[in-house]
Amino acid sequence: MDPEDSLCSSEVWTKSSSFPNIDAQQPEQKWVDTSILDYAMDQPFQEYEEQTESKASLTRSSNQQIGILNKDSDQMNAAILGSKVQDWDPRAMLSNLSFLEQKVHQLQELVHLIIGRRSQVLGRPDELVVQQQQLITADLTSIIVQLISTAGSLLPSVKHNFSAAVPLVGQLEPPLDRVLFASESGTNNGVVQSQHGDGTKLPEVPTQVDESSKYGKERIEEHESKDEEDADESENLPPGSYEILQLEKEEILAPHTHFCAICGKGFKRDANLRMHMRGHGDEYKTAAALAKPNKEASYETMLIKRYSCPFTGCKRNKDHKKFQPLKTILCVKNHYKRTHCDKSFTCSKCNSKKFSVIADLKTHEKHCGKDKWLCSCGTTFSRKDKLFGHIALFQGHTPAIPLEESKGTAMSCDRGERYETANKLGSINFSFGSIASGGSSVETIAAADAKGGVDDPLTYFSPLNFDPCNFGGYHEFPRPPFENAENAFSFLIPTSSNYNQKSGAESSCNNLE
Amino acid sequence: MRFFFKSSTQNSREEFPSSSMKRQRFTEPTSPFDLVSDEIIFTILDLLSSNPIDLKSFSLACKSFYSVEAKHRKLLKPLRSEHLPTVLKRYTQLAHLDFSLSPRVTDASLNIISKACNSKLRSIDLSRSKFFSATGLLSLATNCTNLVEIDLSNATELRDAAAVALAKAKNLEKLWLGRCKLITDMGIGCIAVGCTKLRFISLKWCMSIGDLGVGLIAVKCEQIRSLDLSYMQITEKCLPSILKLKHLEDLVLEGCFGIDDDCLAVIRYGCKSLRKLDVSSCPNISPSGLSSLTRATSSIQQLTLAHGSPVTLALAKSLKSLTMLQSVKLDGCVTTYDGLEAIGSCCVSLSELSLSKCVGVTDEGLSSIVKKHKDLKKLDITCCRMITDVSVSHLTNSCGGLTSLKMESCSLVSRQGFILIGRRCHLLEELDLTDNEIDNEGLRSLSRCSKLSILKLGICLNLNDEGLAHIGTSCSKLMELDLYRCVGVTDSGLLAIIHGCPDLETINIAYCRDITDVSFSSLHKCSRLKTIEARGCPLITSSGLAAAVVGCKLLRRLDLKKCCNVDDAGMISLAHFSQNLRQINLSYSSVTDVGLLSLASLSCLQHLTVLHTNRLTPSGVAAALLANSSLTKVKLHALFQALLPERLLKRLEVRGCTFEWREKIFQAELDPKCWKLQLEDVMQIVL
Repeated sequence: MDPEDSLCSSEVWTKSSSFPNIDAQQPEQKWVDTSILDYAMDQPFQEYEEQTESKASLTRSSNQQIGILNKDSDQMNAAILGSKVQDWDPRAMLSNLSFLEQKVHQLQELVHLIIGRRSQVLGRPDELVVQQQQLITADLTSIIVQLISTAGSLLPSVKHNFSAAVPLVGQLEPPLDRVLFASESGTNNGVVQSQHGDGTKLPEVPTQVDESSKYGKERIEEHESKDEEDADESENLPPGSYEILQLEKEEILAPHTHFCAICGKGFKRDANLRMHMRGHGDEYKTAAALAKPNKEASYETMLIKRYSCPFTGCKRNKDHKKFQPLKTILCVKNHYKRTHCDKSFTCSKCNSKKFSVIADLKTHEKHCGKDKWLCSCGTTFSRKDKLFGHIALFQGHTPAIPLEESKGTAMSCDRGERYETANKLGSINFSFGSIASGGSSVETIAAADAKGGVDDPLTYFSPLNFDPCNFGGYHEFPRPPFENAENAFSFLIPTSSNYNQKSGAESSCNNLE
Repeated sequence: MRFFFKSSTQNSREEFPSSSMKRQRFTEPTSPFDLVSDEIIFTILDLLSSNPIDLKSFSLACKSFYSVEAKHRKLLKPLRSEHLPTVLKRYTQLAHLDFSLSPRVTDASLNIISKACNSKLRSIDLSRSKFFSATGLLSLATNCTNLVEIDLSNATELRDAAAVALAKAKNLEKLWLGRCKLITDMGIGCIAVGCTKLRFISLKWCMSIGDLGVGLIAVKCEQIRSLDLSYMQITEKCLPSILKLKHLEDLVLEGCFGIDDDCLAVIRYGCKSLRKLDVSSCPNISPSGLSSLTRATSSIQQLTLAHGSPVTLALAKSLKSLTMLQSVKLDGCVTTYDGLEAIGSCCVSLSELSLSKCVGVTDEGLSSIVKKHKDLKKLDITCCRMITDVSVSHLTNSCGGLTSLKMESCSLVSRQGFILIGRRCHLLEELDLTDNEIDNEGLRSLSRCSKLSILKLGICLNLNDEGLAHIGTSCSKLMELDLYRCVGVTDSGLLAIIHGCPDLETINIAYCRDITDVSFSSLHKCSRLKTIEARGCPLITSSGLAAAVVGCKLLRRLDLKKCCNVDDAGMISLAHFSQNLRQINLSYSSVTDVGLLSLASLSCLQHLTVLHTNRLTPSGVAAALLANSSLTKVKLHALFQALLPERLLKRLEVRGCTFEWREKIFQAELDPKCWKLQLEDVMQIVL
């Protein structure tokens, strides 16, 4: 949102708040001051005036009773109401009420008239009906506005709402709650209707819409910023080409499924998110943007956003020396859960693998038991060629044969006992009977140690990093996340832990997009 | 003892029945052998090792000989694995174990071996054995750390677990896994990682192993010299890594249907060390694919393209880059004149050419090759039926150094052709003239080939004793003679051979109906005889057989089918003298239960075929089968399957014996000439 706009509108607010202090006897001057805003206020009433003038007899009777209103438009009326807030006048109230009563009667008669005519005119029903609807709408609107203003004069606190509501109400159909919450679609409808109803007002219509939308935005933003203050704290740190956002732990772990692409705030319902998006600028206020989450168009114009993990010391934290930002809010969520949270979801099939992201569990369950290509280092592969690529690359790694097949061997060999215990743990259905004894096993362990020696907390990134059971030295071997098993270069993982993490984050992004 | 020593030095010709030897134990206070060091005795034993019976006699001479022989023995070929513990206690220096004669080798046996031999064992052959599993192999691999060779061919039950166990044999250099159909990529992957010193590996018929396993072998085992990938489900994916092997010399890709031109077109890396390449029966390799393969492997000396694409100009040109090519095998290919002519001009110097069963080999084609390659040593033109005297004339003119000529069924070559061969090719060692028009004059001419060791004259109906006499007088080095259906051959012909060729190891006199005991009994003079095929010789009787086998102690195969005059008496003497007999066919003979039972004393007998003998009873057969504990394959009439107790059959099967039940009806023997005419009729129908 344009800061100038907001500044300007807040100025308007201060002006209008000082409204009551201005002398009621100098209405001309005041209107100049309030500038554009005043059009919004006066327009519906002018419209109403013209419409009512067409039915001269009715208007005249009202003019007689309420002089001030009769003489000019209800801009004056509003100003007087405002000026009388401080010293409440019951007589003025009475006159207002009786004016309203008259208006209601007029409307009643009009409706009667319409009903009477409808039976006669059948030739052009569409046009006529539209005109009649507009007439009634305009009348009802003015009644409501006046009713509110009358009630508002009683309470000084309401005066904000009053003045805020006025410009909107001017264009709206009756339902009160919608008027108060300044629904944009309602405004649009109003514009269309006014165009039909009165061609002369056409040039003024756009400004009305703009103004009303400014108001709505200002209100929403004021409201939302309270909930959101912690989430937005990093937004004022834009280094280089992109903007870094960092959400708090609570925000990340909240059970939200809809996230604001701009500030990262989460919502349970998409409708709420769309409502929230209005606060980020005009582009989110079009009917299209609100009706459906059609965000693609607006993304292009935005500054690239990147996210930071709130966990200090993490490579994904913006304070880390080699900070690597996360691409999307979902990456943040998945990264935080995978890396810094407990793995609370256990696979129901193998009862050994645990996940902190439920999507990971589901992906795993799809393949659980199917990842039958196992290396002696404990890495599983869903494809045989990937396993063989892995084995070809690493010294001492050897294919591991499933236990059922190598039972005879495993039990008779020296390590039989260990395998038995491993099986009792119910961890993995594979045996490591093929782990080479002697030279090659030493190599493997050495490789594992070297790996463990790398001082990088991110090696613990993967949810599958460790086997729950001990395979005699092999437990130290890191396991890549299972999604990577599909990756053509997954066997490269042990050589670069960074890659490990990155690919994990990226894959999760892909999943979620 | 002295006597015995003499016998050993006389090139171990004289043998003594072991029963008589036991009586010859001397009790001399001092023996000359006490003064001789073990090393010298070991050298003597090395000279004896060609004949196992000599060694046996030697060890039975005295206690010290017994222990010396036990210490010296490196190779053991046990018949049964039951006695392994005692045998292994006796022979402490065993390095090679060959179980090809013992069908039943269990895990327990392998355990005993691995404990007893441990690091001394270098090779073990389990290709004919069953009943062992991964457990036994594991103990073998872990305890026998110096194991270099293991043959596991035909172990069709072995799974990846066995491969995992095998992978623990770190020093393994040679490995046969032919027909191990259940071993997959995972298993071979373990072997590739574990046995990095492998130099030779045969994966023939390993249907479950694909590109990944083979590729990993090529990546991990850099020392590989020889790779047999016949009939595997492999494609081009493993070829690049195979061709990167720095020491690969022998590559067999026979019957790999997955390899096609597109695969070969992508080959970039050449294998400079490759000497032998076999791409026979690869129907998807065309000349263009072959040329891209030959470009990459320019050092090939021996190329086999059998049963492949037609031999055309394009194929011949693809051989042009192989400057070191010495041997080409094109068996079963369709050939054209252009192709053969181009092979003649493209190849620099061929020493071996095989055109066996090639279609379209003409005189012109063959002549154009033989005219250019004068150094040709081996030529195979089996069933090249369009060949005439013209080719033979060219061949004999230019290739005087021919050592091997196979020309079965070259029926258009006249009698003069064979005279030419005998006149000009004196160096012939192997000659296959089966089903040809050769006559006595031809044989007389061939008798100049004094080095002849293999002579096949099957179905040569123009021969008679006169011709054979020429061979017998001059071809003293003859080791194999095939006289199958040479109906003109009688006793005198055979006698001439027996007297002239004492080194004879294989003789086939099947359907030589006129041969009688007179000549057959003389076979005892050929003490090296290993195979006698006397099928369909009705005049041979038990007395003749008994006389023959007295001298044939090394006899392994004996076929007496349709020798209806052979009965139990022959069996009894056979069982007594031919202790090495492995295989016998007694169908249509007059053998009864007694004769069959007497064979039980043949401790090596493995294959027994007894069909159409109405003198056998089920109980007799049962007793014989039970008594013959070494039997592995028995062919019996299907009637016996029902008559023999089921538990007996099961017991025999556990022992490692398989049964084949035949239901062929009794066939009367046809007249030999009539048989040939019938054969020609059949061939004309086929053609």
